[in-house]
Amino acid sequence: MTTKSQAVLDWIDARFPLTSTIKGHLTEYYAPKNFNFWYFFGSLALLVLVIQIVTGIFLVMHYKPDASLNASGVPVAFASVEYIMRDVPGGWIIRYMHSTGASAFFIVVYLHMFRGLLYGSYRKPRELIWIFGTLIFLALMAEAFMGYLLPWGQMSFWGAQVIVNLFSAIPVIGPDLSVVIRGDFVVSDATLNRFFSFHVIAVPLILIGLVAAHIVALHEVGSNNPDGVEIKKKKGADGHPLDGIPFHPYYTVKDIVGVVGFLIVFSFIVFFAPEGGGYFLEFNNFIPADPLKTPPHIAPVWYFTPFYSILRAVTYPLLGIDAKFWGVVAMGAAVVIIAFLPWLDRSPVKSIRYKGGLFKAILAVFVVCFFILGYLGVLPPTPGRTLVSQICSVIYFGFFLLMPWYSKIDKCKPEPDRVTG
Amino acid sequence: MSVDQKVDAGRRQLLLVTSAAGGVGAVAAAVPFVASLTPSERAKAAGAPVEVDISKLGPGQMMTVEWRGKPVWIINRTKEMLESLKKTDGEVSDPNSDKPMQPEYAKNETRSIKPEILVAVGICTHLGCSPSDKFKTGAESGVSPDWAGGFLCPCHGSTFDLAGRVYKSKPAPDNLEIPPHKYLADTKILIGEDGKA
Amino acid sequence: MKKLLSALLFAPLLALASGPELHLDKAPVSTDPAALQNGAKIFVNYCLNCHGASYMRYNRLQEIGLSEQMIKDNLMFTADKIGEPMRIAMQRDEAKVFFGAAPPDLTVISRSRASEFGSGADWLYTYLRSFYRDESRPTGWNNVIFENVGMPHVLYELQGQQVAKVEQKDDGHGNKVKEISLEPGTPGKLSKEEYDKATADLVSYLVWMGEPMAEKRKSIGTGVIAFLGLLFVLSYLLKKNFWKDIH
Repeated sequence: MTTKSQAVLDWIDARFPLTSTIKGHLTEYYAPKNFNFWYFFGSLALLVLVIQIVTGIFLVMHYKPDASLNASGVPVAFASVEYIMRDVPGGWIIRYMHSTGASAFFIVVYLHMFRGLLYGSYRKPRELIWIFGTLIFLALMAEAFMGYLLPWGQMSFWGAQVIVNLFSAIPVIGPDLSVVIRGDFVVSDATLNRFFSFHVIAVPLILIGLVAAHIVALHEVGSNNPDGVEIKKKKGADGHPLDGIPFHPYYTVKDIVGVVGFLIVFSFIVFFAPEGGGYFLEFNNFIPADPLKTPPHIAPVWYFTPFYSILRAVTYPLLGIDAKFWGVVAMGAAVVIIAFLPWLDRSPVKSIRYKGGLFKAILAVFVVCFFILGYLGVLPPTPGRTLVSQICSVIYFGFFLLMPWYSKIDKCKPEPDRVTG
Repeated sequence: MSVDQKVDAGRRQLLLVTSAAGGVGAVAAAVPFVASLTPSERAKAAGAPVEVDISKLGPGQMMTVEWRGKPVWIINRTKEMLESLKKTDGEVSDPNSDKPMQPEYAKNETRSIKPEILVAVGICTHLGCSPSDKFKTGAESGVSPDWAGGFLCPCHGSTFDLAGRVYKSKPAPDNLEIPPHKYLADTKILIGEDGKA
Repeated sequence: MKKLLSALLFAPLLALASGPELHLDKAPVSTDPAALQNGAKIFVNYCLNCHGASYMRYNRLQEIGLSEQMIKDNLMFTADKIGEPMRIAMQRDEAKVFFGAAPPDLTVISRSRASEFGSGADWLYTYLRSFYRDESRPTGWNNVIFENVGMPHVLYELQGQQVAKVEQKDDGHGNKVKEISLEPGTPGKLSKEEYDKATADLVSYLVWMGEPMAEKRKSIGTGVIAFLGLLFVLSYLLKKNFWKDIH
């Protein structure tokens, strides 16, 4: 480095921890050298966040959160989305990136969470990382739900109608609460405007803050790895972990491969299947919202369907309160319970590699049940399907609630001292 | 782990090529975003050329049409009005219209295609107000006793003569803009397009 | 093992699959300019009186090979400027009185009509060929796949009238279902083949209008993915080069 630029750097460093931040988080952040495929999804989640924020900024320049009808009898909000798709140069690419990005976000985050499950990344000392992660997931659900109202199509409208009505199930305050959320007695222009505000300002701020906390906490304790052993326990003469390598350049170049690979899949959807077969952009959402006519079949977007199925699975009243309330409780609990994993897992080992057959089998059943719940959430309910979703819901909660027991009696293999391969 | 301290020529080359390709990709990705900042089809449609029928515009009369959201004046100047332009030649700052505030075909004394018909954008070249017409001459105009007829901008007092030429020592720097226009027929003007591609 | 489990668990679900079946004919959607131009002509003449296409600007028809002058002279009945969208003069509240519901905007109709039974084009193609005479309806028309539809058969001059034969059938679960089959009645100006072709052109136009940039989107996509493929190879080589140090 030339002396001049070194002088500039020194000037900055005396006032702002630039060099030490870069060192602490990149060039001298030692990550385990044995990350596998599953470890791409953390950086990819960050990439999708950036895509959503950038495309979102540009969409807000043209979108109008207005439920009133224009001269042609179309809601202004709906028409402004078509305006972006047709009249704004490059607008369709930006909109498709944003709509595909929403689904991509959940795909990436679900895989990222599953990685945590596989390798016990939530275990001590990473409990806070996991809790921040659960909060990110919650914020993401709120973000996606409110964003989905904005195109003001039939699915936007009726989806919001149904979900907001869930809050009315809460005893005593429920009915008033749902009116306060909507700002009206039905989903209306007031609802659209406040959801817009939350979607573009409030929730993104919370999300960014949580993501920062998630990463800071991670870099404080160091990354877990597929073997679930702590690399900090074995340090070399230089004081660096023997099985650790600097994040930069090794994982930056590796993550770039992951990013480009992801972008190939992402671009394929954006340019060749932006509707995602009706799952990413639902067909009924090409019809403007009509408060007087519910579409024959409404289902939430795919990423909510596992939790939606759990909601519908509850059909029995309890303690004198009707089933609707307990359905909402079950759905909420299904998300919140994830945060308790660090204290539910009593296994002597972290990674699935050294866990016994019992844990592996139960995890497999859990994953299958999660998929079934997701699939059932798309379909209209029938008595047969409700029964299946009830069974799967019980298994879903059983996976968590019985974990202290089965993770303890599971026959684990011994953890190695150092990471393998 | 052993880090090779020698300069690795292959790695350097690969780094350069990949960074260059990544840079090209980043620029390409920016294209739709930058494009989205340019006028949309709706804006272009609203800014499309406007057809104006001037058959009912009598001598000494003025009409205003909207083109790209701006007022465009069309004035049918009388003989006396055209005469006044000769008088003002010495008082305006750019009498020969040397600054490119008009298409080539309007770079003449009357700043118009047909001598009597003036087509001008009614926006002051100072800070964008729309001047008001002061066609009456002399003291009656309320501008000045020797007023030859023209336009007065209410914001900062810039004055223009009947060819839209700005008077000397006024805040406005340039003559009023003459928009591209052409005659479709004797009394039909198309504003916003001038036949040249 | 996961695969086996999911196969076992999903199998009974598929058997549960559901709802009233809709049998749609596959629409022969074309991107040929001649077909799209013909479709545009039919659209403007028969649909654009009651239905608007308020996000579709007339000048965009240049993308299917029409010149500005041709659009102005032959297709532009509802606007003065070529850049204006295809609006209609009919008042929405009046339309509601005439038809029971305001006719929907058709700009993106082909995208909204897609379902698990077929694409939006399939639905439209079947719908436009499934009108039959039904004197019990205020308009005198009914439709096989859109029962009690508010729209009369505007293309009947071309197709002629069809007569419905209604049969009560058993759906295999002990439920009676109405099955309607259509038979030709009074012939129209076009033969059956010609009418099918005309509706196919109209549907092709509606599909094009639903997403005029669809072809452009795919061609840009091909370039983007080819470029990313190259970048993938480069970044992979770079990663390998760096990681050769790691043992």
